[in-house]
Amino acid sequence: MKRHWYEYLWIWSIVYFGMGFFNILFAWLGLISFFLPLIFAIGFGNKNFCNRYCDRGQFFRMLGSQHGFSRGRDMPNWLKSKTFRYSFLIFFLGMFCSVIYNTYIVFAGVKNLNEIVTLFWTIDIPWNWAYTVHVESWIAQFAFGFYSLMLTSMILGILTMLLFKPRSWCVYCPMGTMTQMICKLKSNEKI
Amino acid sequence: MDSEVGKKSVKKSSKRHAVVDKNFCAACGACTYVCPRGAIKVWRGSFSVVDENLCIGCGKCAKECPASAIKIEVRQ
Repeated sequence: MKRHWYEYLWIWSIVYFGMGFFNILFAWLGLISFFLPLIFAIGFGNKNFCNRYCDRGQFFRMLGSQHGFSRGRDMPNWLKSKTFRYSFLIFFLGMFCSVIYNTYIVFAGVKNLNEIVTLFWTIDIPWNWAYTVHVESWIAQFAFGFYSLMLTSMILGILTMLLFKPRSWCVYCPMGTMTQMICKLKSNEKI
Repeated sequence: MDSEVGKKSVKKSSKRHAVVDKNFCAACGACTYVCPRGAIKVWRGSFSVVDENLCIGCGKCAKECPASAIKIEVRQ
C-alpha cells in the first residue's frame, strides 16, 4: 500500500526532542502541536491533526504497530475513562499555566532564569548545556518549561505504548481530549 | 454471489461487523489506517463510524484501537 507523506511525520518527534538537547530554544516549535490541533478543531470541526498529522501519534504507531515494540494489551479501564481523560486535561492545562506563570515572573524580574528541565513535575535535571545562544531570560524560561512538559508527556506516552496498545497516549492526550470535546460541542454531541 | 466480493460494496453482508463504543472512542483515527476496505472514518472529530456496507468484520480496527472501543459482533 502506498504511504502518505504524513506517515513519516514521526521523524519530527525525533528531530524535536533531539534539538532540545543541543539548543533548548527549539522547544518553542512545540507550540505547533499545540495550536494546529486547535485550529483544526475550532476552525474546521475535525480532528485531522490527530488523525493524520500528529507526529507523536505517527511515532507510536511506527514503533508499536509497525515494529512490534508494544505489548498490545488493553489499557486499564480507569486510564481510558472519561473521568481520567478530563482530569488529566485539567491537570495538564494547569501545568501549562504554571509554565506561563514562571515565564512571567522571570519576565517581571522577580526570579532569575532557571536552567533546568523538570521531568514528571518533580525531577529537576540540569539542562544548562543546551542554553548556549543567550536571549531574553523569559524566552529561555518558557523553552525550559515547555520542553519539560513535552518530554514528560513523551515519556508517559512511550511507557503506555510499551505496556498497552501502541497509541494509548492518544486516549489520554490532553490535546486530543480537548479537540474531541470542541468537535463534539460543535456537532451537538454529548461530551 | 462470490464474484461480487471484490467490488466496492458486498451484496451479501459479512457475518460479523465492527461496532464502535462512542463512550470510549477518542477519535484518534488509529483504526482508519488499518482498515483494508476504508470502511471506518472519524466522524466530525467526535468518534469513529463504520460503513456497514463495506465492513467485513475482519477485526483489524478492534486490534489497533488504543481504547479498545471497537468490538466485533455478529450482525443482527
